[in-house]
Amino acid sequence: MMREEWRGFQPGVWEREINTRDFIQKNYFSYEGDESFLAGPTEATKALWEQVMDLSKKELEAGGVLDMDTSVISTITSHGPGYLDKEKEKIVGFQTDKPFKRSLQPYGGIRMAAKACSDNGYEIDPQVEEFFTIHRKTHNAGVFDAYTPEMRACRSSHIITGLPDAYGRGRIIGDYRRVALYGVDRLIEDKEDQKNSTRTIMYSDVIRDREELSEQIRALKDLKKLGEIYGFDIGRPAGNVQEAIQWLYFGYLAAVKEQNGAAMSLGRTSTFLDIYAQRDLAEGRFTEEEIQEFVDHFIMKLRLVKFARTPEYNALFSGDPTWVTESIGGIGIDGRPLVTKMSFRYLHTLKNLGPAPEPNMTVLWSTRLPQAFKRYCAAVSIESSSVQYENDDLMRVTHGDDYAIACCVSSMRIGKEMQFFGARANLAKCLLYAINGGVDEITKKQVAPEFRPITSEYLDYDEVMHKYNEMMKWLARVYVNTLNIIHYMHDKYCYEKLQMALHDKKVTRWFATGIAGLSVVADSLSAIKYAKVKVIRDADGIAVDYEVEGDFPKYGNDDDRVDEIARDVVHTFMQYVKGNHTYRGGIPTTSILTITSNVVYGKNTGSTPDGRKAGQPFAPGANPMHGRDKHGAVASLASVSKLPFRDAQDGISNTFTVIPGALGKESVVLSGDLALELGEGCCSPATQNAEPEYGTAE
Amino acid sequence: MQGWVHSVESFGTVDGPGLRMVIFLQGCPMRCAYCHNPDTWEEKRGMLLSSEELIERFLRNRTYYRSGGITVSGGEPLFQLDFVTDLFRKAKTAGISTCLDTSGVMFPYRKTENGWERAQNGIREEIRSCGTGILLQEYEELLSVTDLVLLDIKHTEAEEHRRLTGHSNSAVFAFLDLLEEKHVPVWIRRVAVPGYTDDEEELFRFGEYLGRFSNLQAVEVLPYHTMGVSKYRELGLKYRLDGVPEMDVETAKKKRQIILQGIRNFRNRADAREDEL
Repeated sequence: MMREEWRGFQPGVWEREINTRDFIQKNYFSYEGDESFLAGPTEATKALWEQVMDLSKKELEAGGVLDMDTSVISTITSHGPGYLDKEKEKIVGFQTDKPFKRSLQPYGGIRMAAKACSDNGYEIDPQVEEFFTIHRKTHNAGVFDAYTPEMRACRSSHIITGLPDAYGRGRIIGDYRRVALYGVDRLIEDKEDQKNSTRTIMYSDVIRDREELSEQIRALKDLKKLGEIYGFDIGRPAGNVQEAIQWLYFGYLAAVKEQNGAAMSLGRTSTFLDIYAQRDLAEGRFTEEEIQEFVDHFIMKLRLVKFARTPEYNALFSGDPTWVTESIGGIGIDGRPLVTKMSFRYLHTLKNLGPAPEPNMTVLWSTRLPQAFKRYCAAVSIESSSVQYENDDLMRVTHGDDYAIACCVSSMRIGKEMQFFGARANLAKCLLYAINGGVDEITKKQVAPEFRPITSEYLDYDEVMHKYNEMMKWLARVYVNTLNIIHYMHDKYCYEKLQMALHDKKVTRWFATGIAGLSVVADSLSAIKYAKVKVIRDADGIAVDYEVEGDFPKYGNDDDRVDEIARDVVHTFMQYVKGNHTYRGGIPTTSILTITSNVVYGKNTGSTPDGRKAGQPFAPGANPMHGRDKHGAVASLASVSKLPFRDAQDGISNTFTVIPGALGKESVVLSGDLALELGEGCCSPATQNAEPEYGTAE
Repeated sequence: MQGWVHSVESFGTVDGPGLRMVIFLQGCPMRCAYCHNPDTWEEKRGMLLSSEELIERFLRNRTYYRSGGITVSGGEPLFQLDFVTDLFRKAKTAGISTCLDTSGVMFPYRKTENGWERAQNGIREEIRSCGTGILLQEYEELLSVTDLVLLDIKHTEAEEHRRLTGHSNSAVFAFLDLLEEKHVPVWIRRVAVPGYTDDEEELFRFGEYLGRFSNLQAVEVLPYHTMGVSKYRELGLKYRLDGVPEMDVETAKKKRQIILQGIRNFRNRADAREDEL
């Protein structure tokens, strides 16, 4: 017999096993209509949001942090309930006992946690500091126990940067929908079964599995207690849409209470929740206004996720991002669009509450999305500038139709795949190491092995390529091994027990790596190949600058001569990465997507053979170097699209900003539908009403 | 065939429908006071590119241009009419939408009761010098492979037009007649320069004039801006409109409405006449 909470749902495998996708596929209705059904904000929503704006203002005036916990270590159950206004909130729960108070999370690294306090004018409880220095080891301490001198040298010379060795790695998405669909009791049962069915000979990986499953069960029990703290029994499945949102949010809230990850993404929740909303509308339980209110209050909570971080961290990431990414839309593998009314309701919060960068609303774009939804997305984008788009047609091929984006572009099947986040290798600096025989061009220290440097006056392409390949091979080895240590220690000392409890037993682990400085490398190699590059050396014989004689093809102009160099570099580096052992059988991927940190990478890299001077910023991600693309955005995108996605499945970015005027004229101002304006009726197609083109982020 | 190309913009969003590859050709007989591309005036400069090459460049990125196509702008594209015809013919063979952004000022015919006859205007001699665009047939051939024309009409008064551009506007209106006859859709453009091309009475008359054309599909009013001024300095040219303020979008919007009123006025009158008959 079906549970009462599941009344009216189409039965399926999902009843017998934990299988959210099956539930969604059997029960959702794709919506092809437009946005006219949407409801505006309620009085309660407006009042709450006003309160939030007021607190935001106070936080800004206080220098960025309004309140911090300095002694209570954040766990799923560490704090009592917190509210903005208990009477008005339809969805409840904060990370601590009040909004805008940041929690203390020392498991990633005690020094980072202490510094986050002191930099913001607070003092960490000395007892906590002592405890995590002497009695309880952190992830950070573990990593530094295992690092080799070579790894430390690479780290301090910035040929490898942004390593998650002192903070939470993030990029793991729990399937928070499971909390709503099954209730925590059932999830605990399932995990107990998993624990009881491990292999019985105690190899170290079996022991680890058993220990981790016990941790997961403990986390789920805490999650149930978190519900109780707020007066809910989330042991049972959610019975209506309000409960479904609340249960799901408790799952997410528990994750952010436990982990201060670099990206704490939400998943792909809208279509799942729409099934509950549809049932409630049909049964007359809630009105559209009420449902929109639940969604507004839920999104409001997601906007208020806050972590204690240091100014350096914020500088690297340009702000204080939490990357609460929510993936919306996309197409199912059976061809049905996964767009529902709830997809509209989520985007509609950008109007009801005003624009905001978080949660990071990400539309999984397909050419086959319903036309009305496409138009609505475009309208919301124009109004709010707050929507991200990614290429569903590309990602669906490898990830199916129940994947979500972690952080900005990392795709993973929800509850089935996770990622070991992996910072970046500076390939431009690697090229300089190849020329200088492993000596750092800034510190003059021998960082890489003492290969023979290039001594000729002019650079020879074949010689440089030979040495560059060798140097990339070395870099890939150090880099992957550094990450192996980091992820081993993170699992050991800062395990994401709640998020992993919302995964299957068998999880595919993507071993993410990253590349910085690709366009610098491509242009440098192109200059060496097609122009003449003269080396300028200092008194110690270290190449510190270059003079380019003649012109050369530049990446970003749809010119195969240089675009192929870029493609080959990505492919070759990835081959070298794959040649290494990866922790826990992680499958190597790479990304080319620095979005802001390119400035910092450039600062730490000497002059390069493409004519870029020491300290000048790199281009972000896979972008062409600033000002070198001469043929407009399509040519630039064409160059980027030649990069092999197979080798860089974790994402390739080409960031570009366009002023609204460059995206076409405001139709009302300038052209527009003449017939309509002249009152000649709407039947004569007087203007060619072009369908707008949208860029995709992938 | 090869043509002199000033530059290619792969992400053109303001010159015709959809996302377009915009090819700016070199050479223009006009010297408009507010021209923002004075670097395209001289002929036989820039890059010599073949039509095959340009089509190939378009086709490799075709997915981006699904609702767009190719626009040829300038300079004055009719300066290299044979090249544009060649390019457009190849484009149509490949199923690409073609759009011509022109001033029409080089058209050397006018419509009379007895059909088309040679017009006497100042540019004809220059046309001869570039060896193309002399015969009516050449224009007809070009229009047979042109999907849309963006026609920039700077002023309705001949003298004002001459003051602004150095040439009379009679060829422009003649070209519009040809477009009507050949049923080529046209978007009319007007750059509104404060004090020069934004007089409301003139704009209304302009609208009344446009009202008779059945191939008219859109009217665009582009507010005057001064972004091209620095180019004059670089080229050592004097900028004639120094000190003229830019126009804001709201004003441009209003100016456009006046043109539309003119169109409406003409068409209502025409309807009334028809009713009487």
